[in-house]
Parts: sequence; C-alpha cells; structure tokens
Amino acid sequence: MNRGYFSRAGLIIGLVFLYVPILSMVVFSFNNSRLVTVWDAANSPTLKWYVALLSNAPILRAAWLSIRVAASAATGAVVLGTLVGIVLARFGPFRGRTLLSAMTTAPLVMPEVITGLSLLLLFVALEQLIGWPRGRGMLTIILAHITFTMSYVAVVVQSRLAGFDESLEEAAMDLGARPVTVFFRITLPLIIPAIVSGWLLAFTISWDDVVVSQFVAGPASTTLPMVIFSKVRLGVSPDVNALATLMVSIVALGIVASSVWMHALTKRREREAQLAVAANQ
Amino acid sequence: MQALRKHAGRRLVIAVPYLWLIVLFLIPFIIVFKISFSETRMAMPPYAPLIEWRDGAIVGIKLYFSNYSFLFTDRLYASAYLYSIKVAAVSTLWCLLIGYPMAYAIARSTAAWKNLLLMLIILPFWTSFLLRVYAWIGLLKSNGVINNVLLALGIIHEPLTLMQTDFAVYVGIVYSYLPFMILPLYANLEKHDATLLEAAADLGARPWRAFLRVTLPLSMPGVMAGCLLVFIPAVGEYVIPSLLGRTDQLMIGRVLSDEFFANRDWPVASAVAILILVLLVVPIMLFQRVQKSELEARP
Repeated sequence: MNRGYFSRAGLIIGLVFLYVPILSMVVFSFNNSRLVTVWDAANSPTLKWYVALLSNAPILRAAWLSIRVAASAATGAVVLGTLVGIVLARFGPFRGRTLLSAMTTAPLVMPEVITGLSLLLLFVALEQLIGWPRGRGMLTIILAHITFTMSYVAVVVQSRLAGFDESLEEAAMDLGARPVTVFFRITLPLIIPAIVSGWLLAFTISWDDVVVSQFVAGPASTTLPMVIFSKVRLGVSPDVNALATLMVSIVALGIVASSVWMHALTKRREREAQLAVAANQ
Repeated sequence: MQALRKHAGRRLVIAVPYLWLIVLFLIPFIIVFKISFSETRMAMPPYAPLIEWRDGAIVGIKLYFSNYSFLFTDRLYASAYLYSIKVAAVSTLWCLLIGYPMAYAIARSTAAWKNLLLMLIILPFWTSFLLRVYAWIGLLKSNGVINNVLLALGIIHEPLTLMQTDFAVYVGIVYSYLPFMILPLYANLEKHDATLLEAAADLGARPWRAFLRVTLPLSMPGVMAGCLLVFIPAVGEYVIPSLLGRTDQLMIGRVLSDEFFANRDWPVASAVAILILVLLVVPIMLFQRVQKSELEARP
C-alpha cells in the first residue's frame, strides 16, 4: 500500500504548511526586537507587545466596533439563513425556487470587491431615493455582512436538514400539531447544532472581513481588520503578532470547549434515548 | 381556514429572505450594470444619471460606452485581467495537488483521527484570514524566517527575493484557500465504497491503476466543487496580492478598488466589475449545479 504512505506524507506536509506561519506569529509575538523576524535572545521572551496592544486606543475601539458588528450580523444572518435553509430543504418546489437557491450559493464564491462595490452603490442609490440609510457606518456594514454571511448559515442548515428525513415532522403534523408548533418542537431542536455553528461561522466571517467593510464603511467607522490592513500594508509590526496570538488562542479554546460541549450533549441524548426505550419496555 | 393560514405562513417564510436577497444581492448588480454606462462627474455621487426626467416624462437616455472602450484600449486593464486568470488557475492547480492527498488520507483514517484531522484543517480557517496572510510577510521577507534559515544552513549565500513575486501570491492564495479545496474533496472521498477498490484489486489492478480508474473518476464532483470554490474568489482576490504581490503587475480586483478609491471613477470601477462577472458567470453557474446536487442528493 505505497499509496497510503504517499497520501499520509502529503497530509503531514500539508499540516506543517498550514501551521508554521501561525506558529511563527505566536513565537515572534514574544520577541523583544522591533525587527520582528530577528530573534533578540538576550531580552526575549517579553510581553511588551501585548502591553502596547492593550494600550492602543484606536485598535481597542476598532475591536469593540468589530465585535458589535459581527454579533449583530451573525444574529441577522442566522434568522434569514435558517429560513432559507428550511425553505430549500423542506418546502419542495415553488415558483422562484431556482432564483432563491442561486442567490444563496452565488455569494459563497463572489469575489469580495464585487460584493463590496455593488452594496455600496446600492446604499448610495437608496440614500438618494428614499433618504435611508443616511450616510454610511455601522448600520451599512451590518446590512452588508448579513447579506453575504446568511448564505453560509443557509448551507449549514440545509445540509443538516438533508441528513434527516421528514418523517418526524410529518408524524407531528398527522397528530394535529400546527406548523409553528412543529417548527419549535421538532425542526428547531434538530437544527440547533447547525444554527450554533452557522452563527459562529457568520460571526467569524464578519469579524474577519476587510474588503466589503472598506467599501461600505463611512469615514467614522473603522473595523479591526481595516486597522490591521492599513497597518500591515506599511510593513510588519510586532503588536500585530501579539493580536494574532490572542485571536488564535481564543479560537483554539473556543473550538476545544465547543467540541467538549457537543460530545457531552450527544452522550446525554444517547442516555436519554436509552432511558426512554427502557421505560417503554 | 387552517389550510389558508398555513399557506400564508409558508409564503411569509419564503418572502422574508427572498425580499432581502433581491434588494441586497440582485438589485445591487443591476445598479452596477447601470452605472457602468454612466458618465463620470465631479460630484457626489460621482456619476451622471442615465435617464433625464423632466415634468414626469423621460426626455433622454444617455448610455456611455466609453467606460468599456477605455478598458479594452488601455493595455493595463487587459494585462491585469489575464494575469488574474493565470494566478487563479495556477493557485487552483496547486491547491488541488496539495489538497487531494490530504483529503484522501483523512478520508481513509479511523473515525477518531478523522475528527481530529478535520478540526486541524478547519482551525486555521476560523482564525483571521488577514493575519494568516500577514504571517507570510514575516516568513518571506528578505530578512525573514525562510531566508534566515536557508542562510544559516548554508544552502544560500544571499537572501532570495521572495516577497512581491508571483510565487508569494501563489503561496498566499494556496495557503488561504486550501481548506476550501480539502473539505469538498473529503466530503466526496469519504462516501466512496471501499469494496470497489477491493474488486479492482481482486481483478489484478495495482493500487495506482485502481486509483486512476476508480477513485479519481468517482471523485470528480468533489474536484469540481473544490476547484470552483478556489478559482472564483481567487480571480477577484484583493488582500493577498496587495500584501504579498508584485507592484508592477496588478490583479483585476486591485484595479477595481484603485479605480474606485484612488481615482474615484465609479463608472469605470463598475465596468471592471461587470467584466469580472462576465468571466465568472459560467464558473458560478457550474458551482451552483455542483452545490445543488451535493445538498439535495443526500439520503
């Protein structure tokens, strides 16, 4: 089975390729030298870039704006994206279904410069036409982010629903449950994991976006990626390494915590199911 | 009565996201198309209306094709356009060559390893894209990590120029988009029936031959999905070439944003966007077909 060795070697090299840049940022965030990539062994490790980062008011302000934008956008995207996912997975054929599915998949691959430009031109045209949204800022960033992150939620929800057949929902209907009741008692609990991961995905994509935000943000609202982008365009700066390390640690902790939680949840479900079976016998 | 209410509820559930997408996704493209035929003006917004209204009646429609003829006559735009296609195609190929063995190895591992490996593939995707591209500046600079290591090992005697080259852009795009190649490939390879390979082996096929004749053809939908997920956004990539790429040869996404931000020429920026869309419309439609069959052909 030399093919097995070949692909395994490829996997290891690929993982090294994925992680070496991240690790290098983590290592150099503790470097004393301003030259970033030259290790100053005498005075390192140091936390001075973390101190510099946490006392940098523009970065903190931008981070706070980004958190609010990402949380609002993810929440809006979850509501709209879940609706789309349910419609595409459960509603069968209806007029305009093809268009809806096209408008859901296209944003997944649309180059960001085009999304950004087109949304900005829409906001400008709307302001001329109906006077809303007045100017550009946090609101326009949130609207733009909802629009291109809801597709990700829709895909996650749709593929989760595709994994279950409709018999549970049909059974509830046959027993006389109203559609709203069926949704809240049957469908929603089934897709809760998809909704949670959809929210996190939308949050991350919004939190990370620089191109679309650059187009639709007004002069007064600068998100964190916009600050980072303008900083790193001028060259590497060590406090960005510190920021990267903080973000990577938060994500890694979050992923470990969520997988532990998911594991516990599945275990509890299985136990409850076993208890239910035992009680029936 | 209940049937009627059910019907109304169903319509509402469809209508809300539908309207949102029409207003914020479809109509913006129509506006871009419209503005690409407008005349540039020194005003806010910096373009002239196409349709002249007077006393509630249309008195004239002016279409300016000069934005497009401008793009076709100036060599800068044509070369940026072709360069973007080349960069996206080469990066997609590299993603496939690196991603396929990885996806294959994950699909063949045990269940416990599968989850761990998938998590390792997805984890970088959850961390900031911008910061991951930035990390490559530190690695590729002339006094960066790669050059320092190669110099210390005595493999090279002068620092290599790695930044602001085609190579740097390929590395940046392959690095950022690799998970988008691996995940659809894995989803496809994971469904394959191992007995097919056993049958091929029983019939005397060597592993490589079985791979080329059985696994590879069966994995074509995954290859398609992965390649389209990389190629389409890579054509319009803006951040990676801005941070790592050449300064003497721009990609089309950079040209669009320079026209918009630096030159404040909204009509030409719109015309550039339309030309990118013309290039991408067939790949996007292909992607939709692959995506649709992937999402609807589940048990």
